[in-house]
Amino acid sequence: MTDTLTRPAAPARSGLGTLAAPRGTATKVAANVVLLVIALCFVLPMAWVLVASFDAEATLSFGLPDAVTTANFAAIMTPELTWLPLWNAFVLSAGSGAITVVVAVLAAYPLSRYRMRFGKYFLYSVLFGTCLPITAIMVPVYALFVQLNLLDSLPGTIFFMAATSLPMAIWMTKNFMDSVPISLEEAAWTEGASAMQALRRVVLPLMRPGIAVVFIFVFVQAWGNFFVPFVLLLSPEKQPAAVSIFAFFGQYGSVAYGQLAAYSLLYAAPVLGLYVLVTRISGSAFALAGAVKG
Amino acid sequence: MAVTSRGVARVVPLAPAVVLLALFMLGPVVWSFYGSFTNAALTGPAALSPEWIGFDNYTALVGDPDFPKSLWLTVVFVFLSAVVGQNVMGILLAGLLRSAVRPVRSIASTVVVAAWVLPEIVAAFAAYAFFHSEGTLNTLLGGIGITGPDWLYSTPMLAVILANIWRGTAFSMMVYSAALAEVPPELTEAAQLDGANGLQRLTWVTLPVIRRSISTNLMLTTLQTLSVFTLIYVMTGGGPGTDSSTLPILAYQEAFKFAQVGYGTAIATVMIIVGGIFSVIYIRALRPEVD
Repeated sequence: MTDTLTRPAAPARSGLGTLAAPRGTATKVAANVVLLVIALCFVLPMAWVLVASFDAEATLSFGLPDAVTTANFAAIMTPELTWLPLWNAFVLSAGSGAITVVVAVLAAYPLSRYRMRFGKYFLYSVLFGTCLPITAIMVPVYALFVQLNLLDSLPGTIFFMAATSLPMAIWMTKNFMDSVPISLEEAAWTEGASAMQALRRVVLPLMRPGIAVVFIFVFVQAWGNFFVPFVLLLSPEKQPAAVSIFAFFGQYGSVAYGQLAAYSLLYAAPVLGLYVLVTRISGSAFALAGAVKG
Repeated sequence: MAVTSRGVARVVPLAPAVVLLALFMLGPVVWSFYGSFTNAALTGPAALSPEWIGFDNYTALVGDPDFPKSLWLTVVFVFLSAVVGQNVMGILLAGLLRSAVRPVRSIASTVVVAAWVLPEIVAAFAAYAFFHSEGTLNTLLGGIGITGPDWLYSTPMLAVILANIWRGTAFSMMVYSAALAEVPPELTEAAQLDGANGLQRLTWVTLPVIRRSISTNLMLTTLQTLSVFTLIYVMTGGGPGTDSSTLPILAYQEAFKFAQVGYGTAIATVMIIVGGIFSVIYIRALRPEVD
């Protein structure tokens, strides 16, 4: 293998295209076909949701409807069934997103700008926190919420969700902040600005896209989270769409597949839109995973 | 004096993060270790004043036939759906995407990513409808004359493993796409000139070059899959019986359905320890980047 790696490759490159062409074309066709087959397998479960939501007599099986209808959507668009749960989901997601971003920016600033003795250990703990399986701590969290009298409290749940997304948010924010050159702040410091003023006036305006990505990342995670509100929020009027849609499934799931699909689609749409927005902001379709890679 | 006050001022912005993390992340972990040594319950006298019962919960865990079974199901679920399924599919897709024409590339990556971006409960419904005895899969199989089984009852683990591969492959695909883009083309071309076929090039050139991404991704997908709850809960509810009760499902049922919080916490503690071990390995692998 070392032989292969050390051999000079540059002169050979020119002839490669023609030499490899016939086999290369066959390989390329095969690759495209295989990809399309995989894409078809991946799209089938999702296509059911889309098709069933417009089918008045939807079943669990994928089939084109006899008549396209929006009756399923009309049936579920009531305040208690749809609008209140969606509003609750928005409050939870926007609330934890805002708290996370503010706290993460504050924490990332010293970590990014100063060499502190314990900064490294803090970052290690943060990394460790990104790995902690949240499902594993939900039973103790429930017990903690009982002790603190926070059970069934929207603010309590918002702060908990903010805390769980904080490790990843601090990690991402620090990476974005590291790419803002420190020389700009030094100019502000010499003019007598404090660190916090420099952060607000100089650093934040330069990392707006990064902040947006972190906010959307937290928002999307909170919006899609089922287990946390399922355990921590008990009264139906406080539950977000993820939980109320599950209750709907339990009550009507075996009869009203079309309505379940319509509800799912309505609930999933904002997240899909935000994902497209992130790809626009960061210029990469794979931005969220890239951020995760650290 | 001046140095200390400046030092303090620098640390102050970290305070909100430290408080939130200590209260809602460290607190539950510590409580989990403590609670697993008590007989805490949701109702009854044990709910008001849990008593210290030592290792009784853990002794009960080992003696309870559900726990070793659940542990084994979790290992099977994580190994087949994350370590094998998502990683192999991810690297396969990433490789194929590189040689695909533009429209195929964008269709395939959009579809795979969409399954990952969907809220987990919607993904779970979609998978439930797909694998249901009257669902899409059996309709398709019926179209070619095969009567499919009731996947969710007769092969619940297979159904949730396939569903989790479908749900999570996008992450591995994105990580490996980024990794493959950084493999110098000269390396693979040189190997090709030396007569290495595609598989040999993959085994001896590409995989060694991206080994860091592989180890990172293995750790992350393992940790994510370890904590999958919603997908299994909606598709099978852990059943039939306990045939698809992985550790998160078992902990939830023990703590909330059967109100044995101490016992459920002992299961949670086992998960935290397993997760912690994987996290330490992962962080050690990332170390040079942190320093």
